[in-house]
Amino acid sequence: MTSQSATASETSAVRMEAVYKRFGDFAALSEVDLRVAKGERIVVCGPSGSGKSTLIRCINHIERHDEGLIYVNGFELKPEPKSVDLVRRETGMVFQSFNLFPHMTILENCILAPMSAHGLGRREAEDRAMALLEKVRIADQAKKFPIQLSGGQQQRVAIARALCMQPKIMLFDEPTSALDPEMVKEVLETMKGLANEGMTMLCVTHEMGFAREVADRIVFMDKGRIIEQAKPEAFFTAPQTERARHFLDQIIH
Amino acid sequence: MRYFDPAAFFDYLFNHFLLGGVVVTVGLTVAGVVGGLVLGMIIALMRMSANRPLSVFARVYVWFFRGTPLLIQLVVIYTGLPQLGIKFGVIGSALIGLILHEAAYLAEIIRSGFMAVPRGQREAAWALSIPKTTIFWRVTLPQAFRLMIPPFGNSVNSLLKATSLASVISVEEIMRRSDMLMQEHFQILEVYAAATVYYLLLVSIWDLFQQRLERHFERSVARDAKTVLARRRPS
Repeated sequence: MTSQSATASETSAVRMEAVYKRFGDFAALSEVDLRVAKGERIVVCGPSGSGKSTLIRCINHIERHDEGLIYVNGFELKPEPKSVDLVRRETGMVFQSFNLFPHMTILENCILAPMSAHGLGRREAEDRAMALLEKVRIADQAKKFPIQLSGGQQQRVAIARALCMQPKIMLFDEPTSALDPEMVKEVLETMKGLANEGMTMLCVTHEMGFAREVADRIVFMDKGRIIEQAKPEAFFTAPQTERARHFLDQIIH
Repeated sequence: MRYFDPAAFFDYLFNHFLLGGVVVTVGLTVAGVVGGLVLGMIIALMRMSANRPLSVFARVYVWFFRGTPLLIQLVVIYTGLPQLGIKFGVIGSALIGLILHEAAYLAEIIRSGFMAVPRGQREAAWALSIPKTTIFWRVTLPQAFRLMIPPFGNSVNSLLKATSLASVISVEEIMRRSDMLMQEHFQILEVYAAATVYYLLLVSIWDLFQQRLERHFERSVARDAKTVLARRRPS
């Protein structure tokens, strides 16, 4: 069996084993082990600089890990372009700063990847995009440019754009941190909708209400390490580590 | 004694010999820009590439051609290189000099445009599995191009006037032909005033074109100022 084919017995959506990532002298990730089951919803939290973003950015190779093993739906993530491409086709990502392409309309944003990477025809790609824009309740804005939309609308478009590639795992990197408070809810609702459909999700967020309601498991990080993992109820009511207790004290007013 | 003869000025302004020079100036500029853009893009891509010898070559290229006067480059190409058995005609020498020179400036403008495209744009494209060449042509280049237009316009403006340096290797563009006309009657002010009008006219035409180009590429970034202001996040 070649290393690029998925292992039949693999049940984890994401498996990380002893993953390390350094930026110069700074250890962004140290000895990270993580298993995410298919359909599981994980919220990653922790103080700033704790490595949460780096963790999920390593999963689709936006950041290259230095050591350790990462498997995504059974595909081992290696630095070769082929392996990276296989893994990226399994995953979708939503960024803090939306990262919509500003020179393209909403619809064009959504069809570029399906047409260029999946080889879809324009008609097919547009049908798929419109259906997903409908789902995030923004289809009426399809002909507009990103700048003409509010932050919340842009982020919902970004979610639809990622879904157009039919990913099996969605990675969210602080999706509501750049939003005005009144726009946070509409994005969280969209994410909850996804969660209810059984999408595997890894979400870096400070929205503890969302975590409590949606997450199957909270992963708490500090200084590049995962130092605590628990069900939301247990994590919020009885955190095991001093660091997590302190963190919760800081963010829950 | 008369200081300025308006009739002579108008004669020179519509002089066919001078108009022929205008055509040559425009030709040199257009060829310099097109050739400079192609070569400049290659140099910029080399400079940004991970391949060390390529990026060092590009760096040295830019350093050399921005670091020496165009006048010397033209003289060396036309009168110096034949000493080594390398010969170009008058127009050929001028074109080579202008393109090599312009490419060095445009390479830096192109590079700065690419560097100004936020990294998040490429990250989003990577995450969407968009192929590399598509990312370049559809995501990065259009955004970089918009940012390049103002400095690019500046560079074209400079080049248009720098073509006058080709007069020293006897290319008969506006400057050279003005010199020749001037030596007939020594109506210095009248001749060069006509030449000046032509340079101003050409630069103005370019300015108009640049404005239209900018407006075309601005449209996606700001449909109207109100929308932009309303959507700008407080930071």
